[in-house]
Amino acid sequence: MRANRRLVYAVVSSGLAIVFALLVSAVILAVSGNNPFEAYGQMFEYGVRVDSLASAVNRAVPLYFSAMAVALGFKMGLFNIGVEGQYRIAVLIAAAVGAAIALPGPLHVLAIILTAMAVGAAWSGFAGYLKVKRGVHEVISTIMLNYVATGMGAFLLANWLRQENPPGDLVIKTPEIPESGRLPSLNQVLEWVGLDPGRVNLYGMAVLAVVAGFGFHVLINHTRFGFELRASGASAGAARTAGIDPGRMVVLTMVISGAIAGLVGMAHLLGFFHRYTIDFPTMLGFTGIAVALLGRNHPVGMAAGALLFGWFDRATQILDLRGIPKEIVFILQGVILLSVVVAYAVVEVRIRAAESRAVTGALRPGAEEES
Amino acid sequence: MSLAIELVGITKRYPGVIANDRINLAVREGEIHAVVGENGAGKSTLMKILYGMIPPDEGEIRIRGEATGMSSARDAIEAGIGMVHQHFMLAEQMTVLENVILGAEPRQGLKIDFEQARRRIVEISGEGALDADQMVEELSVGEKQRVEIAKVLFRGAQILILDEPTAVLVPQEVEELFVSLRELRERGVTIIFISHKLDEVLEIADSITVIRAGRTVATADPRRISTRDLAELMVGAELPTAETRLSTVTDQVLLQAEGVGTLSEDEDRWVIEDISLRIHRGEVLGIAGVEGNGQRELVDILMGLRPADSGRVLLGGEDITGMSTLRRREAGIGLIPADRHGRGLLLVSPLWENAMLGYQSQPPFTRGWLVDGVGARRRTEDVVDQFDVRTPGVEVKIHALSGGNQQKLLVGKEMLATPQVLLASHPTRGIDVGAQAAVWESIRAARAEGLGVLLISADLDELIGLSDTLMVILRGRLVATLDPGQVTPAELGSYMTGASQ
Repeated sequence: MRANRRLVYAVVSSGLAIVFALLVSAVILAVSGNNPFEAYGQMFEYGVRVDSLASAVNRAVPLYFSAMAVALGFKMGLFNIGVEGQYRIAVLIAAAVGAAIALPGPLHVLAIILTAMAVGAAWSGFAGYLKVKRGVHEVISTIMLNYVATGMGAFLLANWLRQENPPGDLVIKTPEIPESGRLPSLNQVLEWVGLDPGRVNLYGMAVLAVVAGFGFHVLINHTRFGFELRASGASAGAARTAGIDPGRMVVLTMVISGAIAGLVGMAHLLGFFHRYTIDFPTMLGFTGIAVALLGRNHPVGMAAGALLFGWFDRATQILDLRGIPKEIVFILQGVILLSVVVAYAVVEVRIRAAESRAVTGALRPGAEEES
Repeated sequence: MSLAIELVGITKRYPGVIANDRINLAVREGEIHAVVGENGAGKSTLMKILYGMIPPDEGEIRIRGEATGMSSARDAIEAGIGMVHQHFMLAEQMTVLENVILGAEPRQGLKIDFEQARRRIVEISGEGALDADQMVEELSVGEKQRVEIAKVLFRGAQILILDEPTAVLVPQEVEELFVSLRELRERGVTIIFISHKLDEVLEIADSITVIRAGRTVATADPRRISTRDLAELMVGAELPTAETRLSTVTDQVLLQAEGVGTLSEDEDRWVIEDISLRIHRGEVLGIAGVEGNGQRELVDILMGLRPADSGRVLLGGEDITGMSTLRRREAGIGLIPADRHGRGLLLVSPLWENAMLGYQSQPPFTRGWLVDGVGARRRTEDVVDQFDVRTPGVEVKIHALSGGNQQKLLVGKEMLATPQVLLASHPTRGIDVGAQAAVWESIRAARAEGLGVLLISADLDELIGLSDTLMVILRGRLVATLDPGQVTPAELGSYMTGASQ
């Protein structure tokens, strides 16, 4: 019953936050001379098309991995702000490796994914190492490493990893990954159930995202590592006293978080781009922080958050065509996030008080002790 | 004398049960009035009502004869009521002065009038009682408490509620607290003193109200009632008798420290120095000392939480000086930490996860890398049953339990893990007489089975009553070994302060 109450509170407060954000955005739309009802109507109409929904899922998958990478750190009070850098350097190197090696089908894909995870883990683990051995706060080091990753990525791409372009092709990119290193789309599955996503290819990585979400839940809630992680987050002093080595936990958590971050770019790489180019999507790491907050670090909550952000992202595409600034989506996302964070803080206080009252209540057993 | 506070028929119901059942309380102006009762008797609920934190369902609160309807702590503060909580709410990184005025800064235009604040603090707490510019983190527990009291008085409180103020203090500090409480009484401050330490209550209080199971069961005059009668009123039953026991000490050494020491952070002095001790199978080794004389560091070294800069630690003859805390726990060293909130509990986690903490590498809590939810919960239920942890269940978040019940869980989980050696710091701190006796009993029973215990306590009766050997720690060194059968609390006190050597 208690768990249910938490769930109800979480769902209701998130729902209210979204409604509030829609209202705020409506006001902004109205002030800027657009009809909010018309804009929302068009977003909705466009957004519920099958191809839009498939595209929303495609956009959600990277955000989901990104959010999990961030949430893992949050669980022990570590702020991995470096998912951005981690996934970008990971996807670049994985793309280069994937194009350079020749392996049969599934192994090729696996090699690319493992490479990305290893690079992400190393990049993030370095920040963990700096924290433990040199006392550098992970917020500082991961932010700095984002710049390093961007700069180093550009350097590697421009000098060593780019393909020789034919004359006239000015886009700097890695060589294309051959067919064996690509993930098939899930459109076949959609067709079986009678849906036609049109020109959108539903990413195969969506399956891995679901598996990873489940794995995240098991890791956090059912393994000793997960317990030690949450204990360290809840009370560093108590965790240490219990024999949990804080340094080991920091490094391990950053390594695993980085490995998950390495997966962020895989959906786009294996399902669409098949190479790293300078127009590969950015900001997925930062948006993941927002999704983790929105989903309260919970695998289902984050999935909902990622899908919501993915859907807004897709649905607002239509606004451009109608001459309405689609930047409204950033305002929408920002306001949702702010109101959700505030709502959660308020709700948490209430839940805690309710828990205390429930216990005090259940414990005054004039019944049990004496009359 | 007129009444400062009168509570009439205060009733507070929670779904299905009654936390306060028609409680009456009359506190005269300028007296020290003790409210005593077991953990969970309803004292805290009552004080929260009085402090405006929760509204009563029925009954009336009269302050100086006037009925009031307080609905928040702010109302209470305005009515001149101030509360000093058991757990200090101080900003460690700020000075005493800043802490006292925080939220009630005297202003001069836009600036804070520090000079006025400084004068008022001296006025309130007396000349030289507090150094206004010292950082709070440098203060002893007793001094921090004085800051808390000063904070409340600074806000103009004339009625002071002290929630178990002596629970965290050593005997000398208790005396100092009592001196300042009497001074406050001289100045006309009314004090409500919540406690379950009956000796102290009899010493300081002018009148006593006993609460049991949510009801006022008696008011008593401290000059005419004995500790024993008071305790029986409080518990509602006959008390466990004083211990008579046989020595179970063997000559088999379990845990041994050889000349261990540890340097301060800047490595310029020894925090503890050259400490050697042996805990035998079946022995309780008591360490007496004023808090802050190296007890914590000693436990930390034995537990592997702090490196030994000199000497070595042996468990069953094996050198474990470099062994990790986890390995030591697995090897059979249990720990009841002194700082329950800082080092013992995960407050927002359920009971069963708190029971698992420290034993996360062992059955029944985990199997390999997986948490055994069933085994862990079952073990926790055993702790709850055997140690009378009052909780609706093991899924409850532990912050919702009272301090005494949290402590019972901490003790119980260690005892049920059947360690070889138990390092117990203040094992009965904050728990009531009934539960205290149960904890002592379980320690004695385990000792008869061969458990070796290092007992650190501020409760001298507990130390003398439980220990087979007593050692005194002073300024980081063991300065005396005493026979608990011979020594009196007064003598022990003088060893602890270095008065007799």
